[in-house]
Amino acid sequence: MSAQEAPIIRFDKVNKWYASNGYHVLRDINLDFAKGEKVVICGPSGSGKSTLIRCVNALEEYQEGQLTVDGTVVGDDLKGIDRVRREVGMVFQQFNLFPHLTVLENLILSPTWVARTPRNEAIDKAMAQLERVRIAEHAHKYPLQLSGGQQQRVAIARALCLKPKIMLFDEPTSALDPEMIKEVLDVMIGLADQGMTMLCVTHEMGFAKAVADRVIFMDQGQVVEQNTPEEFFNHPQNERSQDFLSKILGH
Amino acid sequence: MSSTNSSQFQPITARPMPGRRTGIVAWLRANLFSGPINSLMTLATVALLAWSISHAFDWAVARAVFGAHLEACNNARGLGACWGVIAEKGRLIVMGRYPDTEHWRPVIATTLMLLVVGASCMPRFWNRWLPLAWLVMLAVYFTLMKGGMLGLTEVPTDQWGGLPLTVMLTVISMTLAFPLSIFVALGRRSTMPAIRTICTLYVELIRGVPLITVLFMASFMLPLFMPHGVTIDVLIRVIVGITLFSAAYMAEVVRGGLQALPKGQTEAAATLGLTYWQTQRKIVLPQALAMVVPSLMNTFIGMFKDTSLVTIVSLYELTGALSLALNSDADWRPFKIEAYLFITLIYFVFCFAMSRYSLWVEARTAVSKVR
Repeated sequence: MSAQEAPIIRFDKVNKWYASNGYHVLRDINLDFAKGEKVVICGPSGSGKSTLIRCVNALEEYQEGQLTVDGTVVGDDLKGIDRVRREVGMVFQQFNLFPHLTVLENLILSPTWVARTPRNEAIDKAMAQLERVRIAEHAHKYPLQLSGGQQQRVAIARALCLKPKIMLFDEPTSALDPEMIKEVLDVMIGLADQGMTMLCVTHEMGFAKAVADRVIFMDQGQVVEQNTPEEFFNHPQNERSQDFLSKILGH
Repeated sequence: MSSTNSSQFQPITARPMPGRRTGIVAWLRANLFSGPINSLMTLATVALLAWSISHAFDWAVARAVFGAHLEACNNARGLGACWGVIAEKGRLIVMGRYPDTEHWRPVIATTLMLLVVGASCMPRFWNRWLPLAWLVMLAVYFTLMKGGMLGLTEVPTDQWGGLPLTVMLTVISMTLAFPLSIFVALGRRSTMPAIRTICTLYVELIRGVPLITVLFMASFMLPLFMPHGVTIDVLIRVIVGITLFSAAYMAEVVRGGLQALPKGQTEAAATLGLTYWQTQRKIVLPQALAMVVPSLMNTFIGMFKDTSLVTIVSLYELTGALSLALNSDADWRPFKIEAYLFITLIYFVFCFAMSRYSLWVEARTAVSKVR
């Protein structure tokens, strides 16, 4: 990380509690992410890793501390949140494609309605994104007519249509059949090679080793350990990391 | 084990299922005669149906009187139907107290209204001319019905009645109530406490009272709050009452659909930068409304028949006109059953058309969900 460039995302003593039961889900998170950095966040379920990345585009609110994304403080200011959401794309575990619209309509919805791009231009750009994820031939199908892997690739293309600076991935392959995981990971690796800033919550350790600059291990709302993939997987320093790794690397 | 595995894969081509599974005999055997008890029940039901249909046919056709012959009808009482009551009183029932000579006006006006409504039901006609068509239709409708200009004799609104009144009240109330119900449903789910409270209060208050009370209040109590001398037309009062009533029920139906939508849809829309109203318009409402089409059409069909309660404010729509026509005439009063069967048929035709339309809408919105 170069000393001159400011981090594109900064968590500064961020704390979050769930309003419904008062559970302290994020505890004193202090993290910096550089532009172009690819980070994998892993940890047991309930560790707050999804909540962490969902704070970045204001899908979750936090109560203490300060989160800055691309120079904008993420807080109660609605204009600020809009600005952040235009720079941050997100891919969900459940795809969240709009089932009543075709693949192409899913992709051009935001450019035509938010960025006010003319329709034909939006269609051209959308088709280019679909080519990029190798799914252009299904442009006029409805999401439910596609397989899980194809739907997730459409979801990635949809997020890319807004030309975001940061891409968030919330367990993108966890809902997929094993034989489809590779095609989605290939797209994500291609994206990484093009210099995108990526935050991925994932259990795919192969992907982490291939692409990640840094692996962050979280447990019970705290950052327990962060290191390069080689160091983390081969020489985990914390007892909890060792415990977690022994469970997931076993099979 | 390894001796049964060979590197040469022999694919087995699919062949049709054995045994006779299609055709009417197979269907009967599977559904009606699948076991001894089932077969017995089938035979018993067939016997019961045969007995009741033959008796009904006897009453309705064989021994019925088909002309407006009062004496023949009286002789056939209890044995056969007197369809003459329809010939005699039919026009009065269907048109209400509208003047006889002007009956062509409600017929044309109602046909025009139904045509525009029918066109609005088909997405093919959804373009910028449709609102204009509605405005023109409403202008023509009320001019024709009310009269008082263009050489037409004036017919006061409390004389409008029969089927045209039922249709008009239903069409206008439902058209106003549907958008209102969407706003109320969204309001109930709003994060702003004032809006949420108002919408909840509205729904709970209206659902707490019968329609007849709402109509009664709209009709008799509203003028008490008006400045002296200002009168609101009875039709407007009734339309406001029915609209507010139906909107409360439809709002709950819509809210059910909104709740059933996965949260991920609004989250995805948020990450794409869509505003609240853009999300509602393009993502949430199309899916939520498509989910509750059966329930919504149910409400429409119910309201079509609930309009019969406007009798309480002396407006004689189809059911009220029947009471009006027969209660005052001692000669034909004994034959109310035949008259009720007549208007039942009319109600059925309209309600069944709405049912079919509902199924058509469901089929259309399901296209994107077919794998």
